[in-house]
Amino acid sequence: MDEKCAIEIKDLVIRYRCLNKISIRKSLFKLKKSNIEIVEAVSGVSCKVPKGEIMGIVGKNGSGKSTMLRAIAGIFAPDEGSIDLHGHNVSLLSIGVGFQKNLTGRENILLSGMLLGFTEQQVRSKTDEIIEFSELGKFIDRPVKTYSSGMYSKLAFSITAVLEAEIMLIDEVLSVGDAKFKKKSFRKMKSLINDSNRTVIIVSHNNETIRKLCNTVLWLHDGKVKMQGKTEDVLPHYEEFMA
Amino acid sequence: MNRFVNDVKKYMEYAVYSAKSMLKAEVSNSHLSWAWWILDPLLFMMVYSFISVVVFGRSEKYLAAFIFIGLSSWNFFSITIKQSVKLVTRNSGIVSKIYMPKYILIFTQMMVNAFKMTISYILVIGVMVIYQVPVTYKIVYVVPLLVALFTITFGISALCLHFGVFVEDLFNVINILLKLVFYLSGVFYNITKRVDPPYSDILLKLNPVAYLMQSMRECMIYSSTPDLKWMCIWLAIGFSLSAIGVYVIYKYENSYVKVI
Repeated sequence: MDEKCAIEIKDLVIRYRCLNKISIRKSLFKLKKSNIEIVEAVSGVSCKVPKGEIMGIVGKNGSGKSTMLRAIAGIFAPDEGSIDLHGHNVSLLSIGVGFQKNLTGRENILLSGMLLGFTEQQVRSKTDEIIEFSELGKFIDRPVKTYSSGMYSKLAFSITAVLEAEIMLIDEVLSVGDAKFKKKSFRKMKSLINDSNRTVIIVSHNNETIRKLCNTVLWLHDGKVKMQGKTEDVLPHYEEFMA
Repeated sequence: MNRFVNDVKKYMEYAVYSAKSMLKAEVSNSHLSWAWWILDPLLFMMVYSFISVVVFGRSEKYLAAFIFIGLSSWNFFSITIKQSVKLVTRNSGIVSKIYMPKYILIFTQMMVNAFKMTISYILVIGVMVIYQVPVTYKIVYVVPLLVALFTITFGISALCLHFGVFVEDLFNVINILLKLVFYLSGVFYNITKRVDPPYSDILLKLNPVAYLMQSMRECMIYSSTPDLKWMCIWLAIGFSLSAIGVYVIYKYENSYVKVI
């Protein structure tokens, strides 16, 4: 069981310390410490995601879904508890992945790929496939700042979809591009997901997406697990709750 | 320490490529493109020569080379530090989407700036050829001096990067401090000759940039040996600052995203 586990989360707690930026003037003239507000975005979530599983995370706005994804991606450390990825590489796919705006699409493909832990060679061999999938055509050699928002997300999606990280974290991204690209990316998602080596976590407010793609669902409510289990068991309850 | 070595290995390729693309983007976004890399130090050299010769009526032996060396080292030092204050905020797109050790961003900037510094040092060599400056074996001291410059710059930048995330007006403070250090470093005047003894010693030894500039000039154009004791001291300080910087960044980098 344990070796098949791709992601293991134990008692995850993440707090936002509302660390607003301080200005020197303010801290000089305000001698008393400003009372720091602590917001607990995720409080005590535990779950195990087996390898090859497609897990959906649902919950209302502000229930800690995106925070949890970011923590799994390693962007910030948990305040308590632990996340064990068992050495898999992971990529967070969310709308508008960090591109350098002055550089061309092609350069950004290489940079993002290398940040995801691939070597330059590996990324180069996949570049053509990415460009083709993104349907950007000649725009690929123009700076990213000239892209429309649709093109931007299409490129972001293509990079993660083609480079195939072992764990994919998807944050509300299936509504990318026009109807045609949406269908195509949905098909691509399905084929990626069918690869039993890949573990996928999807955050979405679209219940249809979750129903079609996911085997299991984790329902977060105010940073706690409200329900967890097979899609067909959890989703009806969730829909009822949100209705 | 091990983690640092591993991370540097892992992300170096990215840093190099990122630096290259930045330079490329800079070229494609300006009209005179790469000509600026030469024009910029050249024109500034002329400005400071004018101030030194016409306004103050003082000159140095091999003045153009003298100012060039000062200016190139100074630009590398100050631009890297200034950029690092806002580095995390500026790269929030990347930082909030993926993990990477944040000092890699400094490496990228340093490579970009080091590339520009190399170009202006090539100009220095050009000027030395024109003046027919005699060169001796002492020029090898440039290597440890550059190492000291890199480590000191990296160390200070790492600390600026860390505090820059939390302190919004740090940029203004750093800007003023750098201006002050600029005038205290003798970029376009000779501290030893223009400042009276007790103060000139203090300025030269306690200010790393002034010391490094002065020594660079000594070994490159005046064929003399720089003060070796202080070279070791500044090397040691440079390495310790870098170590502290890396430690601080490792310790706190995961909370950066929560602030920006």
